[in-house]
Amino acid sequence: MKLLGRQTWQFADVFLNTAGTAVGPLESEGPLGDFYDKAYNNLHCNEKNWELAERRLMEDAVSSCLAKAKLTEKDINFFLAGDLLNQIVSSNYTARGNEIPFLGIFGACSTSMESLALGAALVDGGYADRIIAAVSSHNATAERQFRYPTEYGGQKPDTATFTVTGAGAALVSRERSNVKLTGATIGKVKDLGIKDPFDMGSAMAPAAADTIAAHLNETGTNADDYDLIVTGDLSGVGSPILKMLLQEQEIDISSNHRDCGLMVYRPDQPVFAGGSGCACSAVVTYGYLVKELEKGNLNKILVVATGALLNPTMVQQKESIPTVAHAVVMEHAKEV
Amino acid sequence: MASSKDEQQQFAQKIKPLQPKPPLVKNCVKAFLTGGLICIIGQALMEFYMTFFNFTDKTAGNPTVATLILIASLLTGLGVYDKIGQFAGAGSVVPVTGFANAVTSAALEHRSEGLVLGVATNLFKLAGAVIVFGAVAAYILGMLRYAFATFM
Repeated sequence: MKLLGRQTWQFADVFLNTAGTAVGPLESEGPLGDFYDKAYNNLHCNEKNWELAERRLMEDAVSSCLAKAKLTEKDINFFLAGDLLNQIVSSNYTARGNEIPFLGIFGACSTSMESLALGAALVDGGYADRIIAAVSSHNATAERQFRYPTEYGGQKPDTATFTVTGAGAALVSRERSNVKLTGATIGKVKDLGIKDPFDMGSAMAPAAADTIAAHLNETGTNADDYDLIVTGDLSGVGSPILKMLLQEQEIDISSNHRDCGLMVYRPDQPVFAGGSGCACSAVVTYGYLVKELEKGNLNKILVVATGALLNPTMVQQKESIPTVAHAVVMEHAKEV
Repeated sequence: MASSKDEQQQFAQKIKPLQPKPPLVKNCVKAFLTGGLICIIGQALMEFYMTFFNFTDKTAGNPTVATLILIASLLTGLGVYDKIGQFAGAGSVVPVTGFANAVTSAALEHRSEGLVLGVATNLFKLAGAVIVFGAVAAYILGMLRYAFATFM
């Protein structure tokens, strides 16, 4: 069975072979700083402007992913990528450079797991031998896209999140490795009326809760079956809301829930409620969690990337913020 | 499907205890102190221009404002003003330095798109609203003053 219930995929034979990450200065000073493949000590990443900096990060993530697998761009069938900018420009221009047949996708910050789930489905269905799934985000490009100029001195509330500067890429194929992708649940778009773009944790928690509940229900598993249930960027505000929403459905994740937005920075870094952005879940998952799975320190995890499908124009027209969450199951596999 | 009004209200009620409350009093104090400090600096500059450069209390305003704008723009370019703004809130947004910051930050941000379509087009992206409402308010008050002066 490849489809479980309505929205969950079960993969038979798909592995995450290698992963690459690149981050900016604040992330490399964070608690997971040693796990990233490439770190820049300046937010411009030695480039002329912010957009070029973000593109550089994505290119770096893809090339370290390829280098670890000892492959070149020509060995890859499809490149599935997305980012937060209009027309997903970072992905488009990275794809222009690497010339891998390209599927651009947008799911805001949920794009990390959306691209991985889609890629895994293509590979498992036999429509591809090898794919690379990649995402990027950059604090300054996101600020410019969604909020104010970077140097503008407006005050942000404590519920605000801080967009992670970085990129993550994963190579997926049927060749065995220590990390097996065994399933994915595609989320529904949820909107419970939050209109504050500085409180995306509250907006996204219902989407995460819905996807997690659907996943557990359709796979017939319990929350305890996972060493970790990791959400993308609910931050300090959304995480307790998620736990409360799941508690109402008698699902208890209080012992094994972590949030990438809280893992990527130290509490004393100036990031308000925590990290956010496509790269938030990507660098934590591909940089840290995948390594723990490879070593066998973690056995089975559920990564739930959360995305606020925020558009500044719509928010100014008094619309609320739709959100979505996609989940991928990753398991430790013994190599043969 | 979009959720119903009831559902939205219920959700807002439910999450309220889990959301951090904005520290209103603390923010007001910080805004008052920082805004006050900026005004003290302005006053000191004014005295300076009056003592050393023969300005009167009527004419010293212009060089004072120009100096404050210069300082705020420099601090914006050096990446300091946004940190002051995060601390001070309205305290550093409302004075003329906040206006300078809004203009300078927009200019810096759009430098990458060129001088005409980037900097010039976006210069008043944030500050434009202040100018529009400033001009409208000035017009209305001016007309009122004129009316009172003529007919009363």
